[in-house]
Amino acid sequence: MLRLEARPNPSKPMQALTPILAVLATMVAGGILFLLLGKNPFEAIRMLFWDPVLGEYAFYYRGQILIKAAPLIMIALGLSFGFRANIWNIGAEGQFIMGAICGGAVGLAFYPMEAFWIFPLMIIVGTLGGMLWALIPAFLKNRFNANEILVSLMLVYVAENFLAAMVTGPLRSPVGMNFPVSRSFNDYPAANNPELITGSGLHWGVVTALFLVIVAYVALTRHIGGFQVRVAGQSSRAAKFAGINPKLMVAICLGLSGALAGMAGIFEVTGPAGNLSTHLPLGYGFTAIIVAFLGRLHPVGVLMAGLLLAITIVGGDIVQTSLQVPKASIQVFQGMLLFFLLGFEILINFRVRLTIKGAA
Amino acid sequence: MDFSAISPVSLIVSLMIASTPILLAAIGELVVEKSGVLNLGVEGMMIFGAISGFIAAVTSGSPLIGFIGGAAGGALLSVLFIILTQYLMANQVASGLGLTMMGLGLSALLGYSYAGIKPPASAHLDIAGLSDLPVVGPILFSHDIMIYFSIALVAGVWYFLNRTKAGLILRAVGENHDAAHALGYKVIRVRLLAILFGGACAGLGGAYLSLIRVPQWTEGMTTGAGWIALAIVVFGSWKPWRVLIGAYLFGGVTILQLNLQAVGVNIGAAYLSMTPYIITIIVLVVMSADKKRASINAPAMLGRLFHASK
Repeated sequence: MLRLEARPNPSKPMQALTPILAVLATMVAGGILFLLLGKNPFEAIRMLFWDPVLGEYAFYYRGQILIKAAPLIMIALGLSFGFRANIWNIGAEGQFIMGAICGGAVGLAFYPMEAFWIFPLMIIVGTLGGMLWALIPAFLKNRFNANEILVSLMLVYVAENFLAAMVTGPLRSPVGMNFPVSRSFNDYPAANNPELITGSGLHWGVVTALFLVIVAYVALTRHIGGFQVRVAGQSSRAAKFAGINPKLMVAICLGLSGALAGMAGIFEVTGPAGNLSTHLPLGYGFTAIIVAFLGRLHPVGVLMAGLLLAITIVGGDIVQTSLQVPKASIQVFQGMLLFFLLGFEILINFRVRLTIKGAA
Repeated sequence: MDFSAISPVSLIVSLMIASTPILLAAIGELVVEKSGVLNLGVEGMMIFGAISGFIAAVTSGSPLIGFIGGAAGGALLSVLFIILTQYLMANQVASGLGLTMMGLGLSALLGYSYAGIKPPASAHLDIAGLSDLPVVGPILFSHDIMIYFSIALVAGVWYFLNRTKAGLILRAVGENHDAAHALGYKVIRVRLLAILFGGACAGLGGAYLSLIRVPQWTEGMTTGAGWIALAIVVFGSWKPWRVLIGAYLFGGVTILQLNLQAVGVNIGAAYLSMTPYIITIIVLVVMSADKKRASINAPAMLGRLFHASK
């Protein structure tokens, strides 16, 4: 019989090992899933993980990986700070949308003016838009004790509907033949987030995401704020003794993660997406939750996890088109990854002992 | 704009239909939370119930088997949550989120070839004389069976929690699992059964959506109903009858905004579609604002992990 024995201290090697174990287990379980769908599991797993990075057309896919990884990493960095402090912002998708709308609206307001400051201004306003959207649940939690999980999630649906209202109303393109889309940012140089090196996928959002990983790493390991976040998550009583204001912590964690989600949104809409439309939300805000956990809430881990999840998104598209499997199978794949991660976490805090029944 | 197109009687009837999926899911989650477990995967179990119920009904031709299939599907998905949180001590919030993602993915995968099919029609209550009465007839005596079942379920849960020994044990586990364990109650087993019940209820709610409310299968068709059910439990301060009131109020708002859209009120459809979610937030705020009242009925162990060795 298997018995669980609590470890006196969390196991360090297991903390590093569990994400790898989870990915391997997901590959096996995912292979079984593809087998059930009547596909060759080895081929499918190869397409998911190998082809985007090192396959025949990888020169194209690598750029795509960066494009998908940037918003995931950016959002997950913010979320991981909050998750550490036990503050659950699960509405990053809504903050992403609001960032795109606010920043995008600024750019559209100045059309067709050409000035160097328009794009930076859009980024700033987009970031603030995401932050303010996330501060709504923070305020409601601090002032009225309302659960931030439910409020932030409800606001995703509000944001989605607001986006629909904007692109069918004030922000609809006058040259879009009445389609519910905004003017294209790719045709408006002052508001464009272009590919910096052709074919590389590198845009300003990717650069910023990488820079933010470094900032987050320094903040978490070297700055008092990072320490406070960690203490607040581990014990709210200890946090009080350490002089941490819990309400301020809620506001900072939600505001910060909202700001980063909003920033990801405005980089996305000005670059890879190209315009505001109801097709803008791709679920990055939800996938980033998996990225945060897979990266064990650590900036460097988030960087690696974001790249891995981006590979599976790009690989998922390859599998979908060449093996004719439904798009949802990749969603199931990501769900399995989160399950295995959470399941294997037990190895960090517990030792699994094999005992013979009756003897123990 | 013609408000006379909105008939109060048909409004109440459609209100009950709109409320029932959320009511079913919420009453299940209430039992789960009373046992001290926070399962945020309601949305996932609901949509998985919607597709498994749909498939069961379409392949068997019987709506009843469809509802059984929906309940079984929801309970089956909740097993994943049980393994993670009860045996592997995983964080309940994260596991619930994972359950929702998994449910959305699996349902889309299973439902791939079921889009656009009509499910078999469900039987409605038809009592000669009573069902034909004006006003009272349509409101009280001519619904589909599931509406009566959902109200009976609320009564049953109330009776179970407040008048039976098993219900008392379940509440004890939710209030203080260490004390309940010391008294010899099987904490994990009680919670396991509660989570299964919650999963079955959520699945039933989902099946109601795909078999009666809509009725067809579309990907992601729950559109947050599971999350709203979670909010309704808070609104009802963990009391079955208040959960019923909450679900009906919420259904009322949904139906009202749909009717306003239909008669062409001069507000954009997208803005009206926001209202159920905004109302949910307002309700949460109002109910949580009084910290004392909110904490009286909330189970003390909500979301806490239990390990017997401690």
